[in-house]
Amino acid sequence: MKTVFEWGAPGRRCTILPALDVEEQLPEAPLRDAAPRLPEMSETEVSRHYTELAGQVFGVNNGFYPLGSCTMKYNPSVNEEMARLPGFTGVHPLQEDETVQGCLSVLRTAEEYLCEVTGMDAVTFQPAAGAHGEFTGLLLIKSYHTERGDLKRTKMIVPDSAHGTNPATATMCGYDVVNLASGADGLVDLEALRAAVGEDTAGLMLTNPNTCGLFEKDILEITKIIHEAGGLVYYDGANLNGIIGVARPGDMGFDCVHMNLHKTFSTPHGGGGPGSGPVGCKEFLAKYLPGHRVTGDTGALRRERAEQCLGDMRAFDGNFLVVVRALTYLLMLGKEGLPEISKNAVLNANYMMSQLKDVYPMAFDDNVYHEFVITMEQSVKRGGVSAMDIAKTLLDHGMHPPTMYFPLIVHEALMVEPTETESKETLDEVIRVMKEIHEEAQRDPESIKASPKKAPIGRPDEVTAARNPIIRYRFGEETN
Amino acid sequence: MGTFVVNTEQEQKQMLAAAGKSSFDALFATVPDSVKIDHLNLPEGMSELETAARMEGMAAQNTVYRQIFRGAGAYHHYIPAVVKRVTGKEEFLTAYTPYQAEISQGVLQSIFEYQTMICELTGLDCANASVYDGATAAAEAVKMCVEKKRTKILVAQTAQPETVSVIRTYAFGKDDPVQMIAEKDGVLDPEALKAALAEDSACLFVQQPNYYGNLEDMDAIAAMVKEAGAKLVMGCNPVSLGLLKTPGAYGADIACGEGQPLGLPLGFGGPYLGFMACTEKMMRKLPGRIIGETKDHDGNKAYVLTLQAREQHIRREKAGSNICSNEALCALTAAVYLSAMGPEGLKEVAKQCSSKAHYLQKVLAEAGLQARDAKPFFHEFVTVSETPSSKILEALREKGILGGLPLNEKEILWCATELNTRQAMDEVAEIVKEVRA
Ligand SMILES: Cc1ncc(COP(=O)(O)O)c(C=O)c1O
Repeated sequence: MKTVFEWGAPGRRCTILPALDVEEQLPEAPLRDAAPRLPEMSETEVSRHYTELAGQVFGVNNGFYPLGSCTMKYNPSVNEEMARLPGFTGVHPLQEDETVQGCLSVLRTAEEYLCEVTGMDAVTFQPAAGAHGEFTGLLLIKSYHTERGDLKRTKMIVPDSAHGTNPATATMCGYDVVNLASGADGLVDLEALRAAVGEDTAGLMLTNPNTCGLFEKDILEITKIIHEAGGLVYYDGANLNGIIGVARPGDMGFDCVHMNLHKTFSTPHGGGGPGSGPVGCKEFLAKYLPGHRVTGDTGALRRERAEQCLGDMRAFDGNFLVVVRALTYLLMLGKEGLPEISKNAVLNANYMMSQLKDVYPMAFDDNVYHEFVITMEQSVKRGGVSAMDIAKTLLDHGMHPPTMYFPLIVHEALMVEPTETESKETLDEVIRVMKEIHEEAQRDPESIKASPKKAPIGRPDEVTAARNPIIRYRFGEETN
Repeated sequence: MGTFVVNTEQEQKQMLAAAGKSSFDALFATVPDSVKIDHLNLPEGMSELETAARMEGMAAQNTVYRQIFRGAGAYHHYIPAVVKRVTGKEEFLTAYTPYQAEISQGVLQSIFEYQTMICELTGLDCANASVYDGATAAAEAVKMCVEKKRTKILVAQTAQPETVSVIRTYAFGKDDPVQMIAEKDGVLDPEALKAALAEDSACLFVQQPNYYGNLEDMDAIAAMVKEAGAKLVMGCNPVSLGLLKTPGAYGADIACGEGQPLGLPLGFGGPYLGFMACTEKMMRKLPGRIIGETKDHDGNKAYVLTLQAREQHIRREKAGSNICSNEALCALTAAVYLSAMGPEGLKEVAKQCSSKAHYLQKVLAEAGLQARDAKPFFHEFVTVSETPSSKILEALREKGILGGLPLNEKEILWCATELNTRQAMDEVAEIVKEVRA
């Protein structure tokens, strides 16, 4: 595909603005000496270029997208319409409270729903994504220990199955990471945990259901061990889709949580974002929450700083239009609809796994929740196909592959998360295709290793990309 | 109730049986009974029609002003129709991070093009695929500058307060010291900067135009920072870069800012777009996704996520940042906006912003609201008067106009963009006169 810089011609343009209606006055400061090399395009060309790009994008609306840990569920159309209401899009974040009662109602109502769903007492919408929520949550924990003068708590315990953002977040908060080796069953090893805690434990970060798709059945014991050691427990809510409406982190002993509105609550992933990562906490941490709290009564809602507000995670009050989408979803599903999410997400995963486990080795094969993990380790050891090969072959069958090579504790992992918005026929078709791929892998592994064959490009050379980075268009310059 | 579950009850039963599970309860067998809930204490769900009515009701409780003269970090610009049409395409909307390059060339290329445009605007070598917003971009940028012996982050007092607050929050995480550099007459005080710069200075964060809309004497500031061996981080308004000397030309090491003016609605504060660019030297310290060009095995051009060895999913606790999801669709929006505007269009927006702001400053002065600072400015400025800010703003509000941001009861921070007409500015001046009469 042509780059945008190869479209158009000098002098072409879209006619967007009226003539200036006041005297021209440039800032009295140094100006740039050359115009930025932006494309010069007619509107036809802008439209054609981006339509061509959109033709080489695979979204949930293009087909099955079982990207484990990412909850690629269908994004309801009504969400988009609500997020485009001028009554929301046209509001300045620094308008006076009396003039933004609708926005504050959205935040207040969404807070009430999310508190109930997670068993927490307060929620901030300031974090812009899951990782930003983790950062917020750990800063709540840090604020708590700091206020108590408990400065020896320098260690954050993170299971080795955790998502990379967890240890990275702990470091950003100044903690030393204690990597906790998981048991052979994919769960937290209680003995290892007991051995890891001490006076220096600031807390534990845990995903539940965890990244192996398993519920930490000893969760009450786990949170107790941390609390008895004087630490707090953080819930990574990436996998909330597996238990929403059935069990709540607040009842399991977690002190604070983040949710990914772009996962569990159906807001679109936008090719990588924007998401929203609201953080919920128990009452004793609420006084440190960043940004503003929405207080007061309906019709007279106000934005206020929490008593010992830890500051701001970003400017203003969060990815508001993403919250609008999530609230639309919450209102629509309500009390009975929310538990249906997890029941069907877990059912779809269990159904798929049950039909595949005879041909694909499962890393853990009982009691999986909303996702399951295949391991191609044996195949690779025999010189057969890898997780990557299976993934790339799926591309030729018009579906998005599962998450590859995560969690790190499973070798040659393929993590499959079908979500509740897929039909039985879709799952049956995927099962058929995956069995077919398995057969071909036995018969002719080289063919699988050569996939994809029908995608717009073959496997890209990532090594050269990293060694000799070209990260912007070279306008007729020599490439190095 | 509403639902997006596809399978009927009958089908669910079949699937349960096929999975060897006797009931839904059996699926949740490892959840201890004591943490199970039997219901959520929430209202019943609703149809799409009822839900939409409820949401529209909330939207209707907000005041949408017909003219907006408030900026202070969020700017009201015209969004070309083609920008909304293109970015509403479902493929862009419903895809995720392009981990599978073979079927994601469209997203990857769009971000590669966005990175290029950010390099062009800032005059720097490398850009990332976005971070959450302008304030987090600043916080990530100053973090890139902290080294073993240079840990102190200097921040101009003239920066947007929200940005300063976020820099402080990020610094609290690592206990990195932050020192504010005082302002004088609405710009950074060079004497204060000189006194603060030392061998332990990691960088200076300075915003251009600054929070008050004033243009800092960047040549002098850059020279002082370089002389002290610290890094220069410039926060910039991307629209102003259609006109103003670039951070690259000033010798900045990093440029960052809020990309919202490039086609994103005010939206009560988000989603917005944090853009970041830096010199080639600092490339491997950039946080977040970066798209690179390479080839596939047949020699076809291909784009991929690259330099991933910097990132959390590989480096875990050794990563420089934890960012994972970013603001990709907002980056796409900025790229489409810049494609539609072109170099001339962007310059025209900048020119109109500047011209109108200067006109507004003039008519407000005539109406008795004097400019506070006698400094060059872009599209924002502060007025000062004895008439209480609240009274002026209230009178404007009654006429459907959002006035500038009150800094206190004497000072107001005004902003003008291409959306403010001469007629509306004359009307504002008229209303101010009436209030003062
Ligand atoms: C388990 C887990 N934790 C945290 C995150 C980070 O969330 P985000 O990408 O929204 O920052 C992810 C995202 O993929 C995840 O899967």
